[in-house]
Amino acid sequence: MTWVPACKLDDIEQEGAIRFDHGGRTYAIYRAPDDQVYCTAGLCTHEAIHLADGLVMDFEVECPKHSGVFDYRTGEALRLPACENLKTYPAEVIDGEVRVALS
Amino acid sequence: MDGIVIIGAGEAGTRAAFAAREAGFAGTVTLVGSEPHLPYERPPLSKPVDGAVQMKAICAAETLAAAGIDYRQGVSASGLDAARRSVSLSDGSTLRYEKLLLATGAQPRRLTCPGAQHALDFRTYAEAAAIFSRAEAGRHFVIIGGGLIGMELAAVLRGKGLAVSVIEAAQKTLGRAVPARLAAKLHDRHMDEGVRFHLGQGIAEITPDAIVLADGSQVPADIVVAAIGVLPDTHLAQAAGLAIGNGVLTDAFLRTSDPHIFAAGDCAAVSQPGGGHVRFESWRNARSQAETAARNMAGADEAFVATPWFWSDQYDLGLQVAGVPLPDHRSVVRPSGGGELEFFLDEGRLVAAAGLGPGNSLAKDIKLAEMLIAAGISPDPAALADPGVNLKALLKTARAA
Ligand SMILES: Cc1cc2nc3c(=O)[nH]c(=O)nc-3n(C[C@H](O)[C@H](O)[C@H](O)COP(=O)(O)OP(=O)(O)OC[C@H]3O[C@@H](n4cnc5c(N)ncnc54)[C@H](O)[C@@H]3O)c2cc1C
Ligand code: FES
Repeated sequence: MTWVPACKLDDIEQEGAIRFDHGGRTYAIYRAPDDQVYCTAGLCTHEAIHLADGLVMDFEVECPKHSGVFDYRTGEALRLPACENLKTYPAEVIDGEVRVALS
Repeated sequence: MDGIVIIGAGEAGTRAAFAAREAGFAGTVTLVGSEPHLPYERPPLSKPVDGAVQMKAICAAETLAAAGIDYRQGVSASGLDAARRSVSLSDGSTLRYEKLLLATGAQPRRLTCPGAQHALDFRTYAEAAAIFSRAEAGRHFVIIGGGLIGMELAAVLRGKGLAVSVIEAAQKTLGRAVPARLAAKLHDRHMDEGVRFHLGQGIAEITPDAIVLADGSQVPADIVVAAIGVLPDTHLAQAAGLAIGNGVLTDAFLRTSDPHIFAAGDCAAVSQPGGGHVRFESWRNARSQAETAARNMAGADEAFVATPWFWSDQYDLGLQVAGVPLPDHRSVVRPSGGGELEFFLDEGRLVAAAGLGPGNSLAKDIKLAEMLIAAGISPDPAALADPGVNLKALLKTARAA
């Protein structure tokens, strides 16, 4: 597991998400209402749509295209048409800097 | 045992079959669909990827089987006997039902002018494949009808560098579903992309290589596509003597005039709290009506309530509309992320919102607007207009109040 610096915590709106591209792949990093950070694969499992454009409410992100919903802490697909879970990656904040572990 | 029979394996019929199982329905579920494919999604047909039409199945054959759904592919229901509760199928068999769902969708409206047979329809995978197989360099396409589907097709064809003309009977394109301000922006974009428009024009005749307009002028045409709207498929309902209007009429529970028969999706005209029946032609509506109808067929007693919502993709622009904007609503505009949001207030209450911008950039805001609409609030127009005011904060304040 290699930790990759991603952004500053303040780059992400509280209860929001940003897109993070690294090594030719795309991820979404979320800042929860409690200021914890989480990281998932960046694209919806229904069609390849960037989830960071979706609405984050509590611990869920809603896909901007067809309203599939995921729990971004676990990657679990909670609402159709999304039915395949998202991959998740460890994320943490150290001194206001967000880093993620991409394997 | 006579279980649930669903006629039409489009978005509504297929979703209903699964939703009946999700609701715990243990009887038989039979899904009858006249098209020779697995159930597939229509919106991708006008949004090809890398120039090829997408066949996007709604589900795999194994998923249907695992849910215990008996899918009759390529079979049409040809008769409906409501008194006997039976449906006759094109393969000669007969199905009995306890509950029936009509999810027959809609059929393209046909042109009536001389030469109408030269025009291609655009509703099914087979029709989309026929259109795109002709989309070769140097060809001139004419699209009759400047509605959402015609304009999406125009965008795709221009993207492939083909000459495209759009003929529209009204003075404006996209007049029916899209609020005027955003419709004009989309129209301008099509002009910038080189689409040629003939507005306010009737068609006198279609010849093998041109369209003759009502004023006598001619538009060269190698391929003509008719996209002049759809009509609800009410054949079976009509033959069975069910109440019909602009679609199969249902009550708020999606029940037709026969208590054993329900309707959902593009074919259904649903009773509204304020009176009258409304029929929608959108993907999400088909799915959410299907879910309510399925639960009710399985024994629930749920009225259908949903804020209508649809999207359209043209060039790199994404349009989303929630609610039903009307010309007499007060409009409030907010710039947002390279695009624009427009809110619609009815006597102060937020009733609809629309957004147009690059990609999915406005999806988040439209979703929040949808929740604000559902919450029934009357936001301060100045706050709506101010991009500095967070819509999520507005929603939280409204919910706390
Ligand atoms: C090209 C295109 C692009 C679109 N893009 C968008 C978009 O971007 N956004 C959006 O919100 N909506 C879009 N729509 C609209 C959306 O696809 C429809 O609202 C939705 O498909 C309606 O679903 P439905 O199941 O009610 O009807 P349909 O999808 O029409 O399905 C009905 C099915 O029933 C079958 N059937 C009918 N009669 C019988 C019978 N007697 N026996 C057996 N089978 C029968 C038909 O063959 C058909 O397969 C688009 C539509 C088209 C055509
Ligand atoms: S692309 Fe995410 S739900 Fe369809």
